[in-house]
Amino acid sequence: MSFLKKPKISHPGLPKNDIGLTIRDYEGAMSTLCAGCGHDSVSSAIMQAYFELSMQPHRVAKVSGIGCSSKTPTYFLGGAHGFNSVHGRMPSIATGANAANRELNYIGVSGDGDSLSIGLGQFAHAIRRNINMMYLIENNGVYGLTKGQFSASADRGSTAKKGDANPYSPIDPVLLAISLGCTFVGRGFSGDKDHLVPLIKSAIRHNGFALLDIISPCVTFNDHEGSTKSYAHTRANMRETVHADFTDHHEEIVAQVSPGEFKKITMHDGSRVGFKRVDEHYDPTDRISAISYIEEHRAKGEVVTGLLYLEESTTEMHSVLGSSEQAMATLPYEKLNPGAATLAKIQSRWR
Amino acid sequence: MTKHSKLNDFVIKLANVNGTGSASANGLLMKSIFRMGIPVTGKNFFPSNIQGLPTWYEIRVSKDGYLCRSGKVDLMVAMNAETYSADLAEVDPGGFLIYDSTWPRKDLTERSDVTVLGIPLSGMCNEAFESARAKVLMKNVAYVGALVALLNIDMQVVETLLKETFSTKPHLADANMLAIKMGYDYAIEHFDCPLPLKLEAMDRTAGHVVVDGNTTAGLGAVYAGATVTSWYPITPSTSLIDAYSIFCQQLRKDPETGDNNYCVIQAEDELSAIGMVLGANWNGARAFTATSGPGVSLMSEFLGLAYYAEIPAVLYDVQRVSPSTGMPTRTQQCDIVSAAYASHGDTKHVLLFPSDPTDCFHMSRTAFDLAERLQTPVIVLTDLDIGMNDWMIPELEWDENYTPDRGKVYSSEQLKDMDAFYRYLDVDGDAIPWRTLPGVDPKGAYFVRGSGHNKFGGYTEKSDEYKDVVDRLRRKFDTAAALAPAPVLTKNDSIASEKRWALLSIGSCDGAIREARDRLIADSNTNLDYLRIQAFPFHADVLDFIEQYDHVFVIEQNRDAQLRQLLTIELNIDPNRLLPLLSYDGMPVSSDFIVEGVSQLIQQGQAA
Repeated sequence: MSFLKKPKISHPGLPKNDIGLTIRDYEGAMSTLCAGCGHDSVSSAIMQAYFELSMQPHRVAKVSGIGCSSKTPTYFLGGAHGFNSVHGRMPSIATGANAANRELNYIGVSGDGDSLSIGLGQFAHAIRRNINMMYLIENNGVYGLTKGQFSASADRGSTAKKGDANPYSPIDPVLLAISLGCTFVGRGFSGDKDHLVPLIKSAIRHNGFALLDIISPCVTFNDHEGSTKSYAHTRANMRETVHADFTDHHEEIVAQVSPGEFKKITMHDGSRVGFKRVDEHYDPTDRISAISYIEEHRAKGEVVTGLLYLEESTTEMHSVLGSSEQAMATLPYEKLNPGAATLAKIQSRWR
Repeated sequence: MTKHSKLNDFVIKLANVNGTGSASANGLLMKSIFRMGIPVTGKNFFPSNIQGLPTWYEIRVSKDGYLCRSGKVDLMVAMNAETYSADLAEVDPGGFLIYDSTWPRKDLTERSDVTVLGIPLSGMCNEAFESARAKVLMKNVAYVGALVALLNIDMQVVETLLKETFSTKPHLADANMLAIKMGYDYAIEHFDCPLPLKLEAMDRTAGHVVVDGNTTAGLGAVYAGATVTSWYPITPSTSLIDAYSIFCQQLRKDPETGDNNYCVIQAEDELSAIGMVLGANWNGARAFTATSGPGVSLMSEFLGLAYYAEIPAVLYDVQRVSPSTGMPTRTQQCDIVSAAYASHGDTKHVLLFPSDPTDCFHMSRTAFDLAERLQTPVIVLTDLDIGMNDWMIPELEWDENYTPDRGKVYSSEQLKDMDAFYRYLDVDGDAIPWRTLPGVDPKGAYFVRGSGHNKFGGYTEKSDEYKDVVDRLRRKFDTAAALAPAPVLTKNDSIASEKRWALLSIGSCDGAIREARDRLIADSNTNLDYLRIQAFPFHADVLDFIEQYDHVFVIEQNRDAQLRQLLTIELNIDPNRLLPLLSYDGMPVSSDFIVEGVSQLIQQGQAA
């Protein structure tokens, strides 16, 4: 019952963030997903990330398509406007919304069906345009709402609940995004919130399109033995390659490089992402080696996670278009109307 | 043989091969006549192709100011060997044909009722010009020169136009003038100039301009305050977005910062184009797209969402010949039904029907105002004839007192005074709810969804809650009918005859109907009231009009009488009272067609 509001009673001792809000202020309506669904853990990580970043919920715009994942924006940040659009078309809604108001923060929530099948075209083109937004794919390899068909991210040979093996090769959104020139690409696991929260915070602060592919098991249709998107299989085969720590711009940055960090990247707004290498030789700023590393491990059946590729972007859509800093939506009409005298001048060319 | 003798009232048709530069020569000819003060229009019949296929340009000169196709050709300039026989056959008895006699065509010039004039255009140009490209281009300019002599065009006007056109490249002006003179001298030397078809300066084009409707629609969007557009290229709508972009480059650079106060985004397809428009309108910008029939098919899913979730949007549909890919460079009014009901389920859209480039300009503003007032998509149904042909219109005027109607949007201050905001309540009894914009105030937050929702904006699967919202949406269309532009009535009460018949139409049929109606009334003293519908849902005046007559002739440019279908369904009219008159061959409807069609319908009615 997503229209049911949770009772708003909070413990007076709940910690407050810099703008005086508690984690309860980042909650949404009650989830209607199955108990144990990975997506609810992702929603919880999203709330945590926005809370820790002290962002005003109403300055965030939530967009989604159709599917279990696309329902989740109702379950977090109840104070933000949301747009649950049509199947596979969220990227175009996000693009238009961003074109109209570049001042808001955008979070898009999608799934593997929504982004990799029906919406593959829009997904790819939103990356090409480098829309300034965080784009989450809650990836479970299966269509839940229509009861268990394989999605385009299902691995070849992975089995359905009734035992059929998937004969087709999967589309990996991470490899796809890197190859399309996405400037921020990460992969997480819904069962690993500690790693997920800094990933989401970094993605929110990225100036450009930030893709997070989050393995988020479907407890009802795809959590059995034989599935490569189950909790057990993901835990056994997950390989965290590079760990990202996030330091917000207003927090004091104590040391240049904390212990274990091999690289720090300063974001557009002054925030910093510090990388801790888990796997030697991995360089999350080298696109070509990142692709071959992910491919090699995929061939071994391993799921590589972490902030896998980051390039501080200077080419988000508005900088390419040369748009005004002020949102299109709030430009006063006087600035938009050329007036009667100009109209007469234009028409002198039509004689 | 009787030769046509006509002053300032005839049709010139120029048959060319596309990609040979004929468009600028033909434009020069049309503009020269316009500058002589004589009413004129130019229609381009071009192929869906880059180079090598037949293309025609038809110039109607009309001292009385009739600007539609007449249906006749008095003078053919036959520059395309491929279409020569067909072009010759099309000339009205008593008419003239000019051809390039560098290659004589004795066998093909045998029509005793047409005067054939041969001019060795290629031969002259091959001698006079060096480059291969110039030889091809200049033979077009040379026939314009010959027409200056044959039709008595003011040479001074031609020279001034060329100087203006090539102000930055004076050597081209000289080359063009040389070609003009060659054609002119040849005609003076070999023929009796002028022909019985001739021009004489008038003063009927002062205060007028020549422009196409895609240009004025794009400019109208700029004046309406649109800041975001997203589109996917498709003939014949592309030039509308091009016009918007070019005007924005000129008029919407912020004088202080140099930044663009507009966003133009070329989408990956039409689905994305309309999606971006919805996203931008949701966020409070005036955003639009332009497309043609195939694009409307692709946009249908999102249009249904916009209808149900009540998101403003403006869509220009520049109609072309369908079904499917159809004939992309030919005109029709064939998307009336598909636009009115675009998308699955009980979905309806507001339509506007401009009749010429003047309407395209002013209806742009109306479209954005209605879309935001009604919180629903507004589709401007224009067509290729309006959008891409050269129309003579009175100079456009802008009302400086205009302020955009942004509709019912709660401000932060209003929200602060409220206990709670609910998105879909009918607060004012006009079936239009209030909305809020993202980012304005925490109290305004709500969730847009295409799934079942109740009047509070919450998800629902309850029958009564669902019905409550869709019943209000139906009532909202009553409000729309009252707010949308009323139909335009033309009548002549000085004619005493009883009112048994009337004319009803939309859009670009207007010019041909006006001329046909004048001719029909003059010939038979028949009373023929004429109503031009400007919007859907239909204004109350439409039904009132129809009810006054035994029969109403519904004139439109499609095969299936789509306007008539819509009238029958929406107004619950006996279909037998609406008699269809349909032109759907892809050419703009002519006044001849309507005179003949209406005469036949009247005869049938009298016989019955």
